[in-house]
Amino acid sequence: MARKKIREYDSKRLLKAHIARMAGLQLPIAVAQVKEATNFAELVSASPWMTQTPLVVKPDCLFGKRGKHDLVGLKLDYLQAQEFIAARMNKVVDMDGIVGKINCFIIEPFVPHEDEYYLCIQSERLGYTISFSEFGGMEIEENWDKVRTVTVPTGGEASSERLAPLLSTLPPELRPGMERFIASAYEVFLDLDFSLMEFNPFTLDSAGQPFPLDMRGELDDTAAFRSAKKWGDVEFPLPFGRTMTPQEAAVHSMDEATGASLKLSILNPKGRIWTMVAGGGASVIYADTVGDLGYAHELGNYAEYSGGPSTAETHAYARTLLDAATASPDGRGRALIVGGGIANFTDVAATFKGIIQAFRERAAAIQASKMKIFVRRGGPNYKAGLDMMRALGAELGVPIEVYGPEASMTGICQHAIDYISSFDKNGGQ
Amino acid sequence: MVGSPRSPGAFGLSHAGQLFTRETQAIFYNWKQLPVQRMLDFDFLCGRKTPSVAVIVQPGSHGGFQKVFFGREEVAIPQVGTIEEAAAAFPKADVFVNFASFRSAFESSLEALKQPTIRVCAIIAEGVPERDTKQLIAYARQHNKIIIGPATVGGVQAGAFKIGDAAGTLDNIIACKLYRPGSVGFVSKSGGMSNEMYNVIARAADGIYEGIAIGGDAFPGSTLSDHCLRYQNIPQVKMIVVLGEIGGQDEYSLVDALKAGRITKPVVAWVSGTCAKLFKSEVQFGHAGAKSGGDAESAQAKNSALSAAGAIVPGSFEELEGTVRKVYGELVGQGVITPAEDSKPPEVPMDLGVAKKLGKVRAPTHVICTISDDRGEEPTYGGVTMSELMEADANIGDAIGLLWFKRRLPRYATKFIEMCVVLCADHGPCVSGAHNTIVTSRAGKDLISCLVSGLLTIGPRFGGAIDDAARYFKQACDAGQEPDDFVEAMKRKGIRVPGIGHRIKSKDNRDKRVELLQRYARKHFPSIRYLDYAITVENYTLQKAANLVLNVDGCIGALFLDLLSSVGMFTPAEVQEVVDIGYLNGLFVLARSIGLIGHALDQKRLQQPLFRYPWDEVLYTK
Repeated sequence: MARKKIREYDSKRLLKAHIARMAGLQLPIAVAQVKEATNFAELVSASPWMTQTPLVVKPDCLFGKRGKHDLVGLKLDYLQAQEFIAARMNKVVDMDGIVGKINCFIIEPFVPHEDEYYLCIQSERLGYTISFSEFGGMEIEENWDKVRTVTVPTGGEASSERLAPLLSTLPPELRPGMERFIASAYEVFLDLDFSLMEFNPFTLDSAGQPFPLDMRGELDDTAAFRSAKKWGDVEFPLPFGRTMTPQEAAVHSMDEATGASLKLSILNPKGRIWTMVAGGGASVIYADTVGDLGYAHELGNYAEYSGGPSTAETHAYARTLLDAATASPDGRGRALIVGGGIANFTDVAATFKGIIQAFRERAAAIQASKMKIFVRRGGPNYKAGLDMMRALGAELGVPIEVYGPEASMTGICQHAIDYISSFDKNGGQ
Repeated sequence: MVGSPRSPGAFGLSHAGQLFTRETQAIFYNWKQLPVQRMLDFDFLCGRKTPSVAVIVQPGSHGGFQKVFFGREEVAIPQVGTIEEAAAAFPKADVFVNFASFRSAFESSLEALKQPTIRVCAIIAEGVPERDTKQLIAYARQHNKIIIGPATVGGVQAGAFKIGDAAGTLDNIIACKLYRPGSVGFVSKSGGMSNEMYNVIARAADGIYEGIAIGGDAFPGSTLSDHCLRYQNIPQVKMIVVLGEIGGQDEYSLVDALKAGRITKPVVAWVSGTCAKLFKSEVQFGHAGAKSGGDAESAQAKNSALSAAGAIVPGSFEELEGTVRKVYGELVGQGVITPAEDSKPPEVPMDLGVAKKLGKVRAPTHVICTISDDRGEEPTYGGVTMSELMEADANIGDAIGLLWFKRRLPRYATKFIEMCVVLCADHGPCVSGAHNTIVTSRAGKDLISCLVSGLLTIGPRFGGAIDDAARYFKQACDAGQEPDDFVEAMKRKGIRVPGIGHRIKSKDNRDKRVELLQRYARKHFPSIRYLDYAITVENYTLQKAANLVLNVDGCIGALFLDLLSSVGMFTPAEVQEVVDIGYLNGLFVLARSIGLIGHALDQKRLQQPLFRYPWDEVLYTK
């Protein structure tokens, strides 16, 4: 995986530490994080500033527009902050249609301010764009025409000349400080492998120091091998509202632990068409095809495995997926699509070995849910793999249809649909 | 070796055309046997005269060769340690195939791009950080180089050149007719899907002319439109097929190119990921760049934009094959395409390993082994897994039982073997084995040399008597020979009875080790017939001299006969075989190795200098 959102708490913590290290800028940032298990008294004693200044409290769950939903506590003392959080911890909110539980808060000093600036650094194919505006804050979208953007080509520096267009309407006395802040934030962005860094807004405190009021960050997690030390104990939370079923959580942790790729998203636990597809490209196309054929409402999941998982990994993966796919049988038949394109170098028989082991272990559940399995795959050693699948059908008494590269890749989607619809017509087979 | 006819640096991305020819050669970075072999097999199918891999760069190596097959012959491909050396030695090899890991792909790719002779760099690794890829892209743009990847299987120009594992197995290459050029230029993000599409295009048209998988990252080194623009410039490419994917903006540069009239050949395009609308929250699909997000990056939006720009966009992936067939048919009808002629590629001999797997050949083995197996999930001794051994609290005796005697011996027996090992592990510094080890250790030699120099003294005069003792006791006892007859018969033959006699120990000063072993055997062994016989022999020899006691070798020899005969797992013939082959001296060798290693380490720890006899301890004489 690549770009991953991080919490505001981590964004600010990283900015403060590394802008000091790299550019010698001491930003007046102070942040504390509160989760359900946080001991508030300990947090306060570790962060004495919490007792010395009025505070701002906000949920820190990767969603914006918090002010508009009465989720921001302003000018609170630390006891009020604790109450504010207690009243909202684990509250379920609907943020523009995405419903989720609030389970993490950020606490910061309250900084009185009038000016709200906007700054956003983004990574693009040929360079980095830096956008700036003096009209940041909640109305940024209405003021989008006042946002100025410059591009720093890859390898280029955020020099005065390059940044000048951003600052042209700023009062001259503010320009040097602002330029230094932007150039330093850009340095941190590069050094820490950020892929997005947005301040909307930041302000200048009474001493004229930049202070981010709201900040968003994304890190490129493929750089973990060299940047993890600098990131420290950074968290990559799931998108807001995305809760994981036990099976999704199990696959997620398998995915994190292996060099291969193992993905599982449950779309509809009661769905009757389930997929387990090899390859990042093919897996998307199978899901597309079920939708194109008008059966999106029956699609149970999105699943993908690739990058040469071991037999033990495919075994655990398939077993977990089967647990989700065979849960709560309703007698109306289910289809499992074990799909894939024609592999370049993956040994098909070897990957099928783990899947077959899982089928054996879950044979009873497969039968109980009246599941039929549709296999399509090609590539190295595919004949042996397909033969193993055919033999398994006979051995377990589970219906399995098996196709090789001579058949079209997505043809089994229609077969799967025909199978489940036969139950609707005949009331069961 | 013949390189590309073009001069290096003649390519800009927008006006680039053909990247490869039938003479193209590659520098292959980070040796992997299979992909190199697959490249050469493809070469042979295409009827190439030279292998497409000119040289292998194996970081840290200092020259040498790697052996691979080129058709029916084996060839040696030179190997060097650095990219610079490879480029200097093979200036016509203008493609760099980089199989480095995601950790080192950036450094090696940049180094390759810096070589003036290298034009194209294919990066296979998945998980290269964005910032690194961007630096490579910037460098490549400044220097007119082309990057394919990262996170890709590569690509193939039919009948000419193939990168690494692209296009899969030989069967697949033949099924897709990749050994000769067709009329279709293909580009996709997905490596797995590109191979699928080579099949589709071979069914629906006359096959691909060239196919490239640009890789699943958000910022690929070269883009879909880069390759489409190239295909526009290659006269043999008559139509273009593009398989895009949700996420990113790349398809829009193709839209722009179509709108600007820079691509005039028919383009059949499909962007996958229409399912993303089914997901409630943001989802990362299998590819790093495939992230459901903004509306413009959706598959639906991109398909509409492509269609509006003049690409031929089917209604679904299922319809893609039919659309390709239809467009191809029209082009044939218009005379734009003359379907490529089918030729029969030469047959690549099957690899021995594959043929054996398929049961097509049999080959004799070179070695036979009956005691252990390291091929399964965990190693086994005599069929018993390590887990079973650990769960059963196995000891040295169990290992010896399984590996020497091929039996799972009962506890009392393995305990006895372990006792023998413990009791024979050392006998002080003065015996010949320990002495040799000490002298060798003090000469500054390594541990193995010290150990071996000590072990080499084991033989008829030192420690090697267990087998002989067992042999003679067995023979005499089995024959029912009276002890006095046995001893006198040996004397007549001029043989000292093995296992009898000790330099120091005597009738009144027994060897403690012998006592301990006897006590254990009397308590646990079902029978001690041979020990009893050895004791009657001892009783007789003690009448001759007080030091002719049963010694530890004789005791172990006799007791091992008792153990094997009474444990109920060996036939008399098998017991005889143990004695004949000479298993039992192994016990002494094994045990004493412990002591010898101890002496070697002891001398090293004490930093003892080279040992040299003083002159006065040697008798110099004529």
